[in-house]
Amino acid sequence: MPDPAIIAEGLQKSYGKVHALRGVDLRAEAGSVLGLLGPNGAGKTTAVRILTTLLEADSGSARVAGLDVKADAKALRGQIGLAGQYAAVDENLTGFENLDMVGRLYHLGKPTARERANELLERFELTDAADRPAKTYSGGMRRRLDLAAALVAHPPVVFLDEPTTGLDPRSRIGLWETIEARVAEGTTVLLTTQYLDEADRLADRIAVIDHGLVIAEGTSDELKARMGGERLEVKLRDTGDEAKAVEALRGICEDVHAEFPLVTVPGHVPIADAVRALDDADVTIDDIAVRRPTLDDVFLSLTGKPAEEVTDDE
Amino acid sequence: MSEMVADALVILKRNLIKFRRQPEMLIGYTVQPIMFVLLFVYVFGGSIQTGMDYEDFLIPGIIVQNITFGGALTAVGLVEDLNKGLIDRFRSLPMARSAVLAGRTLADMVVNLFGVIIIIAVGLVVGFRFNSSVPEVAYGIVLLLLFGYAFSWIFALVGLYSTSAESAQQIGFTVIFPLTFISSAFVPVENMPGALEAFAKVNPFTITVDAMRHLFVGTPAGNSVWLATVWSIGLVVVFAPLAVLKYRRVSAR
Repeated sequence: MPDPAIIAEGLQKSYGKVHALRGVDLRAEAGSVLGLLGPNGAGKTTAVRILTTLLEADSGSARVAGLDVKADAKALRGQIGLAGQYAAVDENLTGFENLDMVGRLYHLGKPTARERANELLERFELTDAADRPAKTYSGGMRRRLDLAAALVAHPPVVFLDEPTTGLDPRSRIGLWETIEARVAEGTTVLLTTQYLDEADRLADRIAVIDHGLVIAEGTSDELKARMGGERLEVKLRDTGDEAKAVEALRGICEDVHAEFPLVTVPGHVPIADAVRALDDADVTIDDIAVRRPTLDDVFLSLTGKPAEEVTDDE
Repeated sequence: MSEMVADALVILKRNLIKFRRQPEMLIGYTVQPIMFVLLFVYVFGGSIQTGMDYEDFLIPGIIVQNITFGGALTAVGLVEDLNKGLIDRFRSLPMARSAVLAGRTLADMVVNLFGVIIIIAVGLVVGFRFNSSVPEVAYGIVLLLLFGYAFSWIFALVGLYSTSAESAQQIGFTVIFPLTFISSAFVPVENMPGALEAFAKVNPFTITVDAMRHLFVGTPAGNSVWLATVWSIGLVVVFAPLAVLKYRRVSAR
């Protein structure tokens, strides 16, 4: 197996008394998408800033595209693209001028930079807006331009820091498709997000990060499997039925969990059997369904709070 | 080195495009000096005794004051770039670390050159006349641009430490404004109270203004021309590395 495109070991970073990272290990194979999932202030952006040479870690080491983030910083910058959550484009420049400038600063040379700018404008459906200053662009167009800027030099590794935060659903899906196309061409992507559906859709592996530590790592399915796989969930109407329901279901399966109004059993229990048993016991049910755990459940159980209900303490 | 120059020119171009698209930004650096020239000549001029025509005394002074304000564009521009995440983008690119600041300060120089031309033009209208040789005038303009360039680097450092464009501008002006007035720019320093006079005599503004007066209207130079040149170069040598050092570690806010 070739060397991983991104490997970080024991990254630590403190700002005064705030420990942004407390020993983070990360690994992304070449051509894969690693999702960094976590609430605001968990340390995602700090990790990205260290891996893109914007910030030096207090301790620990990291290599990106085979280059050390400290010792080979300058060479490394030629191998990465960064698109940030604030859509760092120059508002006074047109779309073309922005991409042309970035190409020149990657030292592509004048003709190549121009050609590449036009190519990306076309691929990101910005050709019509190519000669308009970016300040006239919509939020989605700016994000596309920002992403295009990150791809100007065909970097093998791309860092996307919350690429779709604040975008409308249609623009999000458009951006996802673009990212998927780059990955299909062999680009390695590190993506931070607070959106579980985004991580679920794009990431091959997910590292859940909270309070500066990776608290879980694996594929989306592996993380969900840690929640015990599928559950059959029964929703009761009356509190008084809880004991009866638990007893009735115990007749089919030992593993019954009750927390009114829900009574759950493992997903392998056939729905028909459960309904029959509950009916025989004279239990009134509001709803019964097989539920797959979502990344939301994973996140909730790992961090003790839902993903999107977190305070911004950055 | 050639890479650094190429990168700086890319950034210079970017900043000049910005000035072209936001010309209102430049009003302060073009209209304001015209106003100052008119105010000083017609409001204060009649009451200030300088031993020479006040227009000839004033223009070299006001041109030095104005050129140091051009650097505020660097401070304001850097703070904006920081806040919008552009500096992060630049720092993630394989470009020379000094290029963003070099391109920025060079853009100021272009604006400053316009400022110089405008003040000289207005000066000629209100009665200012050159009384020196062409090489002296040419060197005077070079010295002006160099002095302004030094202040661009000072403002660059201020900008990198500031959290808002307004504070960067305020800090810069609060320091520079009194320095320009406690100098020979508008009045002869001999008429100031003792302590101020002592300070004014060593103030680099006085030295540079005296040098400009010699180069433009032929007043005695003393040591002012070479001292002013040394001051300008010295300020760049001190503040440019400090600003680049800060840039290397600066982070978005």
